Amino acid sequence: MIVAERKPFDEISDLLAGYDKVLTVGCKTCVAVCLAGGEKEAALLNKELMLARKVAGKPVETCAALVERQCDMEFLAELDDIVDQYDAIVSMACGAGVQFMAERYPTKPVLPGVNTTFIGVNRDVGWYEEKCRSCGNCLLGVTGGICPITMCAKSLMNGPCGGTNQTSCEINKDQPCAWYAIYQRLAGQDRLDNILKMTEIMDWRNNVPRTIVQPGYEQRKAAFSDK
Amino acid sequence: MAEFKSNSKLERILRAGHFAFTGELGPPRGSSVEHVREKAKPLKGNVDLVNITDNQTAMVRMSSWAASIIAKEEGLEPNYQMVCRDRNRLAMQGDILGAYAMGINNILCLSGDHMQFGDHPGAKGVFDVDSTQLIHMVKKMRDEGTFQGGAEIEEPPKMFIGGAANPFAEPFEWRVHRLAKKVAAGVDFIQTQCIFNMEKFRKWVAQANDMGLTEKVYILAGVTPMKSVGMAKYMKNRVPGMDVPDEIIKRLQGAEKGKVAEEGIKIACEQIEEFKEMKGIAGVHLMAIEWEHKVPEIAERAKVLPRPVV
Ligand code: SF4
Ligand code: SF4
Repeated sequence: MIVAERKPFDEISDLLAGYDKVLTVGCKTCVAVCLAGGEKEAALLNKELMLARKVAGKPVETCAALVERQCDMEFLAELDDIVDQYDAIVSMACGAGVQFMAERYPTKPVLPGVNTTFIGVNRDVGWYEEKCRSCGNCLLGVTGGICPITMCAKSLMNGPCGGTNQTSCEINKDQPCAWYAIYQRLAGQDRLDNILKMTEIMDWRNNVPRTIVQPGYEQRKAAFSDK
Repeated sequence: MAEFKSNSKLERILRAGHFAFTGELGPPRGSSVEHVREKAKPLKGNVDLVNITDNQTAMVRMSSWAASIIAKEEGLEPNYQMVCRDRNRLAMQGDILGAYAMGINNILCLSGDHMQFGDHPGAKGVFDVDSTQLIHMVKKMRDEGTFQGGAEIEEPPKMFIGGAANPFAEPFEWRVHRLAKKVAAGVDFIQTQCIFNMEKFRKWVAQANDMGLTEKVYILAGVTPMKSVGMAKYMKNRVPGMDVPDEIIKRLQGAEKGKVAEEGIKIACEQIEEFKEMKGIAGVHLMAIEWEHKVPEIAERAKVLPRPVV
């Protein structure tokens, strides 16, 4: 899932200076799971906002809404009827959701309520770890299911580097060395031959905005673009 | 004898079967040409090649290629270090062409210390290619005369290609395979991490010999004389990838007051004597960290002078 962190209150408050009617929209998917931008967090932000503005003598009217997935136009459409009543929208979704919302309501200021941080896993409640940088050319099949691009601090493809500290990464003792782990996992599966040969220079595919059309959906896309 | 791969003095020395002796020079954190010239003086005539570090420990310094040119003007043979941290493949290849155009014939391909260690921890690490891939890229430029992207190079840069090896870091069993990968990628010479744990090093070299690697690559053993007990402890505990056995620390602690550095040099000379005889070792790389002025004395005492003229 996508993991995000709530932005500091002061930053959001600054972004909202001058707007008196604010719609805060949570997202029910990733950001809700990671406790950054779901229903509860949207309501909490509104409370903080109203209190701060009241104290400052500039009261604000807020409303909280919740959308199944802000990265889906179909669900965003549910907001069409109420958006006009507000001066600004705070989207608590990931950066993709914020942008899709801004695209749907191009005349409204749409502001981010969270910092989108990484694609990761839920290690335990409230504890998330980064696992993938969406490089577009997944190497997990040869690296024992451990991502060298994300989990190695130097994104080495032919590691480990000379800084490996016992089993830790040179950057700090608490960070396991990805290549040590890759070696151990492959050794345990008798698959070390996977990494005996040099991994060739990467063909980075994440330098331009990417679009994917799954097989069978090309015509649908073409029809959509013609509209 | 096959043709030389480059115009490197180090290549000629190694090919002639001499025991190589190389050194290191860290460029200044400023633009002082004089600083580089001063540091170059004690190295001249005492080493065959001088590594010019590249933003060492992730701190900004005078660029390695510029300091390499100054070192060359001073009569040294520079080994242009290049780390993968700071450049993408476009910048790397451009800099290699430029360096070669200015008469630099050796390159050392490294990953580089992580940005977090230096004074610009917020820098974006590039790591477009890794050190093994960089070796391969330089070899392709030299031997196939093509850029990484495939286009032909007008006057390919004929670099003598170096790499690093850390024989000590875990997993130890894998270290020799990583060396093998670099050899397959096209490395000509290897300079190892500073060696203090001789027992482990002997094992690693024996593995490299068994795998036939030492017939394909020249290995220069890394030697760093300890200046003080504090330095030894710091290297043991703070420097990633360093293996300093307690015996070394004990030996330094046992030295008479005021004689610790002397003991450090003695240990280094003993190591060098052993390396001269060690099968699979083609020379020594002396990393006298901020101790350049001691190099003549160490070279003298290690009995590696005079350096061969080739
Ligand atoms: S290699 Fe790593 S960054 Fe690339 S897709 Fe796979 S997990 Fe993600
Ligand atoms: S210590 Fe391991 S994880 Fe850290 S940079 Fe080196 S190879 Fe990568």
